[in-house]
Amino acid sequence: MFQGLWTTLKSMFEKPPTIQYPEEKRPVRTRFRGRHVLKRYDNGLEKCIGCALCASACPADAIFVEASENTDEQRFSPGERYASTYEINMLRCIFCGFCEDACPTEAIVLGDNYELTFTERTGSIYTKQMLLEAVPEGVKTTPQVTPPGVFTRSVPEMKDPTD
Amino acid sequence: MAKKLVTLRIDEHTLQVPEGMLVVDAARKVNVDIPVFCYHPKMDPVGMCRMCLVDVGRPVIDRATGEVVKEADGSPKIAFGPKLDTACTTPVSEGMVVITNSDKVRAARKEVVEFILTSHPLDCPVCDKGGECPLQNLTMAYGPGTSRFIFDEKMHLAKHVPLGELVWLDRERCIQCGRCVRFQHEVVDDPVIDFFHRGRSLEIITDSEPGFDSVFSGNTTDICPVGALTTADFRFGARPWEMVSAASLCSHCPVGCNITYNVRREAKTGGNMVIKRAMPRQNEGVNEIWMCDKGRLGYHFTESKQRLSEPLVRKGGELVPAGWDEALDLVAQKLREAGSSLTVLAGGRLSNEDLFNLRRLADAAGGQAVLDTHMGGGDLAALAVERGAALIVVNPNETRLDKFATHTLRYNPGELLLTFGGFLESAAGKVFAEAENALVFYGSNGLGLQQSTYLAYAAAELLVKTGHYGKANNGLIPVWPKANSQGAWDMGFRPASNLGDQLRQSKAVYIAASDPAGDDPALAAALDEAKFVIVQDLFLSETAKHADVVLPAAAYTEREGSFTSGDRRVQRYYPAATPRGLARPDFIITAQLAGRLGVELPAAAALVLDQIAAQVPAYAGLSYQKLAEVHEQWPIIGRSDVYYGGTGYENKHGLGVQLPCAAERGEKIDLPAAANPVLPSVPAGSLLVIPVARLYDQGATLRPTALLDGRIARAELALNPETAEKFGLQAGGEALIAAGGWRVQVAVRVDSHLPVGLGLVPRSTGVPVFGPTAVTIEPVQVEIKA
Repeated sequence: MFQGLWTTLKSMFEKPPTIQYPEEKRPVRTRFRGRHVLKRYDNGLEKCIGCALCASACPADAIFVEASENTDEQRFSPGERYASTYEINMLRCIFCGFCEDACPTEAIVLGDNYELTFTERTGSIYTKQMLLEAVPEGVKTTPQVTPPGVFTRSVPEMKDPTD
Repeated sequence: MAKKLVTLRIDEHTLQVPEGMLVVDAARKVNVDIPVFCYHPKMDPVGMCRMCLVDVGRPVIDRATGEVVKEADGSPKIAFGPKLDTACTTPVSEGMVVITNSDKVRAARKEVVEFILTSHPLDCPVCDKGGECPLQNLTMAYGPGTSRFIFDEKMHLAKHVPLGELVWLDRERCIQCGRCVRFQHEVVDDPVIDFFHRGRSLEIITDSEPGFDSVFSGNTTDICPVGALTTADFRFGARPWEMVSAASLCSHCPVGCNITYNVRREAKTGGNMVIKRAMPRQNEGVNEIWMCDKGRLGYHFTESKQRLSEPLVRKGGELVPAGWDEALDLVAQKLREAGSSLTVLAGGRLSNEDLFNLRRLADAAGGQAVLDTHMGGGDLAALAVERGAALIVVNPNETRLDKFATHTLRYNPGELLLTFGGFLESAAGKVFAEAENALVFYGSNGLGLQQSTYLAYAAAELLVKTGHYGKANNGLIPVWPKANSQGAWDMGFRPASNLGDQLRQSKAVYIAASDPAGDDPALAAALDEAKFVIVQDLFLSETAKHADVVLPAAAYTEREGSFTSGDRRVQRYYPAATPRGLARPDFIITAQLAGRLGVELPAAAALVLDQIAAQVPAYAGLSYQKLAEVHEQWPIIGRSDVYYGGTGYENKHGLGVQLPCAAERGEKIDLPAAANPVLPSVPAGSLLVIPVARLYDQGATLRPTALLDGRIARAELALNPETAEKFGLQAGGEALIAAGGWRVQVAVRVDSHLPVGLGLVPRSTGVPVFGPTAVTIEPVQVEIKA
């Protein structure tokens, strides 16, 4: 009996594992698969080129992409094509990460945000504006006006994958 | 005459094919894939890409005896060539042995793909062809996993070269197979694109103004084995695997090209099904695997913002939205009141089902069914239908057809002679009379309703005189202005000799898919005098603005139906998209109206066709099942092997049924006597102008295609320089032309190929010239600013 009481007494002085969510948040693991983020290059251009390979790789058919054409006066991404509509239905998404694998420009990344709540079904559809990351400081957002003949390639030069 | 059959062996298959067939085609007969890039079954082989290399062996023949040398076991001795042969340029021969799966062949293919990829950008993620790309597929199937060439040594060329406003070129992606150039030279005979430079710097250029000036230009994007040529219309529209396909027909002309609409749900349009592109669907009896740009781009009317989406009823002088019940009840009441003084006016773009129901409604009410057309003679089309034929062209002006003609005859429209008197004595006439089979195609180029009707009579008389009727491959084929004008004739619609008077006297006018007020201001005035006007259309047309009730119709892409082409082939189309707003199919609207009048009409397309089959003798025995029948066509295209025939679609939904001609059915046709029509007298100081058709017209269903804006027909007057000078007109200037109550300003075009003393005005451009007309001309002084 004393043994049991001793355990109770001991645990009273231990640091509790409970954290005060949402004031306090536990960091996620590096390979955690949370809500998607659409990445940008350092110059502010979107990495996503609207190729819809993520949508075709998606086993849950959660991604919907419509593409349009870039011009130098209105440039969203390098090359000719950009995603004019990019929607992910978070209710359908199973967070498998196939979209990351399929992406030829490493534009879509499963981030560390796991706070996905909605009060109605339509709220589960995340639009491009919700998914796009903010532009780096001091850089203009998209669409940008770019000099002609510079951003002609959609897919950056291939390198051997290192990881 | 059947060709001699040749026996050969391809891998483990032994087969017999006609002499002269190429090895690459023979292999397809036994489902052996020989990959190709430059070869196309519709064009002469060139052997440029070297992808089809195979090992070809032939039996050894003893020169002394002429006998086949045998091996020890008695089989013929086969001698293989020292190198591989191109299967696309090698015709089959007796005893030939073709090996397509040896290590040697595989190595050759691998190297050819690697070589082709030396300068290919590999931007498949953003390429419109990605997913249905022969180069992509063949690289996966036969190519190497990696390249020995260095990425930095790739040619970096322009990726965005508009060949015209319709087709764009990506120089980097081009693998120089020449299919597009050969297509334009061989198939279309419109050599407006060509090769420029040589070797690695070879590129495709256009030498026409405007760029790539060919009405078949879109087909080059289908047969391009890479994404070098893409249409401006579909550019980045969707990935091929995201779209579903719906079999359909082109609704722009009576040829009846079989097409496939690719459809996809779109967020931009609020989640509606949207047509993304039109592709040809194989029908070797009609359009083979091609289609013209009008058909390819002319579907935008279905998604136009101007489409009607709800019924409108005139209240207090304004057209206001109303419910279907309210609108239909009102129409039914007015139809009942009108009784026999009802005129049903239909346009030739309605389907057989719509027209049949409309006709039944008109009959039930005791009214008249009128076809809105400026061309006549449809009742003779029942006279009824090889390459290498003699072509006789009879036209008032030079046309592109003259180039292919063996005999060209010109007539002066001023002394229009349509009885073909003296024709049979001419050289061309003798060829015609002696021909085994003869067809007469007649149209309304430069003619009005009366003249074209007489022309049809005269042509029919000529065919009967020479015995060219009542059997296959003989007879009379009208070249109608609308897709289903033939169907309208068959369903009993006839043009009115004086439409204006008829409209004026009608108590109720029911107009479907036709815009008389927009075509002719005189008819607009006549409509105002009619008591009650009901318009059933896609758009709020000029005519609809004069209406008391406007009923929104579903476009043909949103429903089922069938068209009868000019050569009397009945073909069906399937729904592709969802109807706009509250719009309903025409035949359903008519059936619902009839129901209110106590007449029961079928309200399902298949049931309407069953009734047509029961009541229209020429359509006896037809059903939707029959129209959906297919048989294997040659060449085999549209399967997974897009490298062979391009991205056109295989026909799985029906080749249509050719209607028998009246003589085959044992009917007798009364031939009306042909007479020379009365032509307007041309007083001094006036000019005779005739209406001519333009492919890119200003029809209601083509105008919404913004991409064609630059090529669409404008109001113009084309004249010979001599005539222009006589009237004081200058090329590029403007003129006012006027006749009987109208005056229109048109641009002046001077063309030395035109006959003297004649003006040409394109139809549908707002100039109310529907037949030979004498007009007065006044030059417009253009102010020249200093």
